Amino acid sequence: MIGSKTIAIVDYGAGNLNSVKKAFDYLGAEVVVTTQPEAVAAADKIVLPGVGHFSALGGLDNTGLRDAVLEGASAGKPFLGICLGMQWLFEGSDEAPELAGAGIFAGRCRQFPSSVKSPHVGWNSLAIREGSRLLHNVASDSFVYYTHSFQSPVVAATTAATEYGGRFSAVVEQENIFGVQFHPEKSWTVGLLILKNFCGV
Amino acid sequence: MLTKRIIACLDVDDGRVVKGVQFVNLRDAGDPAECATAHARDGADEIVLLDITATSDKRNTMLDVVRRTARCLFIPFTVGGGIRGLSDAEAVFAAGADKIAINSAAVKDSSLIGKIAARFGSQAVVVAIDARRVSGGFEVFVAGGRTPTGRDAILWAREAAACGAGEIMLTSMDRDGTQAGFDCELTQLVADAVSIPVIASGGAGSAQDFIDVFRNGSADAALAASIFHFGIEDIGQLKRELQAANVPMRWPC
Repeated sequence: MIGSKTIAIVDYGAGNLNSVKKAFDYLGAEVVVTTQPEAVAAADKIVLPGVGHFSALGGLDNTGLRDAVLEGASAGKPFLGICLGMQWLFEGSDEAPELAGAGIFAGRCRQFPSSVKSPHVGWNSLAIREGSRLLHNVASDSFVYYTHSFQSPVVAATTAATEYGGRFSAVVEQENIFGVQFHPEKSWTVGLLILKNFCGV
Repeated sequence: MLTKRIIACLDVDDGRVVKGVQFVNLRDAGDPAECATAHARDGADEIVLLDITATSDKRNTMLDVVRRTARCLFIPFTVGGGIRGLSDAEAVFAAGADKIAINSAAVKDSSLIGKIAARFGSQAVVVAIDARRVSGGFEVFVAGGRTPTGRDAILWAREAAACGAGEIMLTSMDRDGTQAGFDCELTQLVADAVSIPVIASGGAGSAQDFIDVFRNGSADAALAASIFHFGIEDIGQLKRELQAANVPMRWPC
């Protein structure tokens, strides 16, 4: 069992929790998948997954989970947003303009230019900035698996970018807040290493 | 940059692999979970598990295969074969599949695509199309590529994409099993018709076949099951040859 910290994987109705849980199980981490704000508050770390449409994040608002997640994050708990979970950290997304993101990072998520196919599906590489904690020991140009139609802008907190019709934020990190646009639970050994690093922060 | 994907397909009959790479040094070369993991170690970008079990009462066997595979496989895997409706799809996702592939059921009722996509996201729905050349174009076949539907394959691909499919898995039934190369013309027509990824399938026999379907068919991914019997040692060798031909590849990995 690596570390003794409990990780809460937030279930707000957006699918694919199982893969994330299985990856953490494989690493020997202590995880709980929960719909309950109390369980999020009790956990040491928070993971916010999410696939599909940005509007699915509305599930956080209906359930009290949004507050629990934001409180945990501002209390300094390590937080990892995956795919939609990372996009939520920004101000919002053109995919669902009426839904406010957490606004921790500036800017909105936008579509890819028409010069490339959408969604962006498959393995693409990471241009990694030095000093990344989440990507410690991850070789630059490592491949990770993406499946998304909207991209987050490159900001000061971006520690890795990927090229697809221009550069977008692959990884953001700021103190205890981490976000990855790709699916680490689907990115083989590179992905598992990234999740292991999160277990260690 | 985004790489082209090499997808390994395992045909599974009653919980055992019946087609696919033959391995040495595997405890159980017929176990789908072990085979899938071995493929991933060799460099496969994704896995497709195709349930070809004839009788529908063996579905629990396949769900068990999916569960066991999900425990140790950390690359995307798609499960297809016999998914007839939303509840079938739900069971397969609950067992741990990342994507499902639907074929005949979607042709029968295209609204199924949107129903599954609404629940699980478009990225999780692959519409598989089996096509044969006919005079004037390409026709969609169902029931294992044997029964003609009278429908145009390109138009069906477009409709499937409009209904919410995340990807098209396109099999040339003329080329399937021949090792004579993918049908690049068919692949290019579908790739031009839709803005979602197209996975080429049917006919892989050599590294050159993959080079051709990526260059001349604009495929985003290519799928193979048993080509590794025929002159290609393993996925790594295939990827190195593609890389040497300047096809963007996830290699080494």
